[in-house]
Amino acid sequence: MSTVFETPLSRVKPERIDRAVIRFAGDSGDGMQITGSQFTNTVALYGNDIATFPDFPAEIRAPAGTLPGVSGYQLHFSSNDVYTPGDAVDALIAMNPAALKVNLGDLKANGILIVNSDSFTDNDLRKAQVTVNPLENHSLDKYRLFSVGLERLTRTALEHLGLDAKSMDRCKNFFALGMCYWLYNRSMTSTVRWIEEKFKNKPLLVEANKLAMKAGYSYCEATEAFQVSYEIPPARLTPGMYRNLSGNQALALGFVAASQKSGLRLFQGSYPITPASDILHELSQYKDFGVMTFQAEDEIAAVTSAIGAAYAGALAITTTSGPGMALKTEAIGLAIAVELPLVICDIQRGGPSTGLPTKTEQADLLQALFGRNSEAPVPVIAPATPSDCFWAALEACRVAVKYMVPVIILSDGYLANGAEPWKIPNVTEIPEIPVQFAKEVNSPNGYLPYKRNPDTLARPWAVPGTPGLEHRVGGLEKQDVTGNINYEPLNHEHMVRIRAAKVAAVVQDVPDIVPAGDDSGDLVVVAWGSTHGAITAALNAQRAEGRKVGHIHLRYLNPLPANLGDVLKRYKQVLVPELNMGQLIWLLRAKFLVDAVGLNKIQGRPFKQSEVEQKIEEMLGIS
Amino acid sequence: MSTATLPPFPVLTKKDFQTDQEVRWCPGCGDYAILSAVQSVFPELGIKRENFVVVSGIGCSSRFPYYMNTFGFHTIHGRAPAIATGLKAIRPDLEVWVATGDGDALSIGGNHTIHMLRRNVGLKVLLFNNRIYGLTKGQYSPTSEVNKKTKSTPFGSLDRPFNPVSLAIGAEATFVARSVDVFQSHLKDTLRHAAAHKGSAFVEILQNCNIFNDGAWFSLTERDARNENILQLEHGKPLIFGKNRDKGIRRKSDGDIEVVTLGNGIAEADLIVHDAKHPRPSYAFLLSHMEHRPGFPTPIGVFRAWDDLPRYEDVLNDQIKAVVAKRGAGDLNKLLHAGDTWEVK
Repeated sequence: MSTVFETPLSRVKPERIDRAVIRFAGDSGDGMQITGSQFTNTVALYGNDIATFPDFPAEIRAPAGTLPGVSGYQLHFSSNDVYTPGDAVDALIAMNPAALKVNLGDLKANGILIVNSDSFTDNDLRKAQVTVNPLENHSLDKYRLFSVGLERLTRTALEHLGLDAKSMDRCKNFFALGMCYWLYNRSMTSTVRWIEEKFKNKPLLVEANKLAMKAGYSYCEATEAFQVSYEIPPARLTPGMYRNLSGNQALALGFVAASQKSGLRLFQGSYPITPASDILHELSQYKDFGVMTFQAEDEIAAVTSAIGAAYAGALAITTTSGPGMALKTEAIGLAIAVELPLVICDIQRGGPSTGLPTKTEQADLLQALFGRNSEAPVPVIAPATPSDCFWAALEACRVAVKYMVPVIILSDGYLANGAEPWKIPNVTEIPEIPVQFAKEVNSPNGYLPYKRNPDTLARPWAVPGTPGLEHRVGGLEKQDVTGNINYEPLNHEHMVRIRAAKVAAVVQDVPDIVPAGDDSGDLVVVAWGSTHGAITAALNAQRAEGRKVGHIHLRYLNPLPANLGDVLKRYKQVLVPELNMGQLIWLLRAKFLVDAVGLNKIQGRPFKQSEVEQKIEEMLGIS
Repeated sequence: MSTATLPPFPVLTKKDFQTDQEVRWCPGCGDYAILSAVQSVFPELGIKRENFVVVSGIGCSSRFPYYMNTFGFHTIHGRAPAIATGLKAIRPDLEVWVATGDGDALSIGGNHTIHMLRRNVGLKVLLFNNRIYGLTKGQYSPTSEVNKKTKSTPFGSLDRPFNPVSLAIGAEATFVARSVDVFQSHLKDTLRHAAAHKGSAFVEILQNCNIFNDGAWFSLTERDARNENILQLEHGKPLIFGKNRDKGIRRKSDGDIEVVTLGNGIAEADLIVHDAKHPRPSYAFLLSHMEHRPGFPTPIGVFRAWDDLPRYEDVLNDQIKAVVAKRGAGDLNKLLHAGDTWEVK
């Protein structure tokens, strides 16, 4: 039973702008991720293009009000294309002094600053290690400061409901959200729907959160606090049906689609790890698609159970982050040796060791490419945007079963949690994934488990239970064709080379590079993974200035596209921005002998557009 | 005659389970006897050969799959239970046996072993226990006795050994048994019991390594010693042992157990009657632990065979079926359009 909840008409005629960056920041317990994602959903439904950047601490609840407990959610929305969550913030909502202190540096001069004045007591200031109350010393004069008593106002709005003070205070984020809806002229309808669904068994909380949000909206309307409100018209996206999608959701949907398109049961072996766990949460809901999720006892059992499932004929995947990748290393080698299909997702985070569990990084590239004992190549695919994760999952599954090989997907924390509008594909347009299980004995001398397909070099997939195909596989070196254990020197060399040749053969499925921007010129940016947005935005800006620059974004890190070496030669300079110390650049220098220049950031945060532009200008000699 | 009297498929023999691969265990190794017993028992089980899978880890014992003419997977050190779990999850219909050793199952793979048993995955696990690392040429293992002098412990090992049966019962395995490589008929019987069990069946096989740990189990296998030191467990029979079958195990009033000599007013009726089917594991654990006490025998046979717990692979598949029955088979188009969507025209 959805109640009608009209959004009142605003008395202020909104100013039309083409983009805005808003950041909600507060304590981990303040519900900033929910507030941010609700605002995101609303603007996406309205038709803006968006990019989001949720940024939260690894601690579930650091002590309330302290600096390590600050959680943030940034959203960039526009009537034009959006590629990044935005370098600087137009509007900052700070729920306490700690959130203000951590985030103020990113707010533009004259930006909108909404602070919860009720949480600026001496005690709050002390917890945030702030000595002087910034609301009182004019230090915020260069911003448009709106000091609002969120707790007091929320309590007033809810006092008739009979809730305790703590429960009322928990609704203050919805008061703030209501204010933002007024500020950007947005309807509250989809959030109302969400509240009704979320608290459907707690009617009092439905009422409280709805009232708090409405009170926030009405507060702006009634108090004339803001002299202006904004309107950002819908973006001109390609026609079609859209939804919001995060990278981890996209991977999960991609794997379900791959299961449906291959006719294989999906098996996920996984162990909880940030920032990959959401893939397990998501897939465990899809049992109606026959999806089998297995929360294993550890990372090793997660990958090995998946190998067992692949051996049994399932579409097997395992999902993890860097530390889990390290533990799975030996088992991935086994999958390479026994030539079984398997997809391994590494949602990269800051390292080494436990590192920065909730922050993004691209430093597992060389681990994915080379981090196994001996000669053990695998195809490596890196999605570029959250929604591209959907297609990367499908691609990885297709390659794994076609070539009988484990495939690594390299996503990262930024893609995993970031969301963007996704044009929902027509199911019939998603290509089928052909799979053939061995059914017949393939030689007069019995079944030969390593008799290869001459085009793909794949061995047949003969699952247990198939009459006449009884055979043995294992991690020991084997003779090609027969699969018998074999330690002869030349046989080993042959097997090492044929496993490498098989992975190299995947290049026939890798499209040639077509650079974005100029296809020859002064400079080319070569990159991979989640840096796509910042580089695209930077490149567009630089080309608008008349600079001859191109952009190569590598989806396959192994094998590399066949024409990459030739394309690189068409540019005078090569720039390789990476969120690591320089890993792709190492590869490019080794393979193509190019004098590439790195732009490296290892701060657990994505590139800003300005950082990439600055480097391009520096290399082009523009100051 | 009607065709209904014909067997459903050709009757298999031991030979059908032998491969053309040269067996590469040391001459005199206890593994040969175990291989022979398994090859003898498999044809009796009425299962098609293609439905058998033998999975192993690393170690001497783990060469097993290469010598069995079934589907076989020689995996990596310690991980066989996890790989077999994935296999069983997808194909609950297959008959999956795991061959492992004391190092493989209890050291590097200890975690997978206990979790497989906790879940009650329908696997038969043969743990070849020779109390030594053979393939790496003679280091002490997690079942080696304290003060074992080996290449890696020239002054004697310091750590207490695991008792594999106690460990399995501690993990609440639903079937736990022990046999000995040289007791062929007992071993085959034990394997038959294991095969008949639906849930996880854990069998410790005491095995000699005549190269690196010769005589590992002589106190149990030498002709004179064996009757005195071994207690053969049989469900429904009293716990009697000894050369003259004149000793037994009796329950004390405090709940503990004691060794008693029959006669002088002590009759068989006073002894504990072995109940392998007890739902709780505490009695079986008491049995498994008595060999560590002076004067007590070492039990062999089936400690525990409680088969009322559903297999993990069955509940896993049943849950999926139940969701499909409730929601209907998933529709990809609907899934992709789930949640809030909007149309751009």
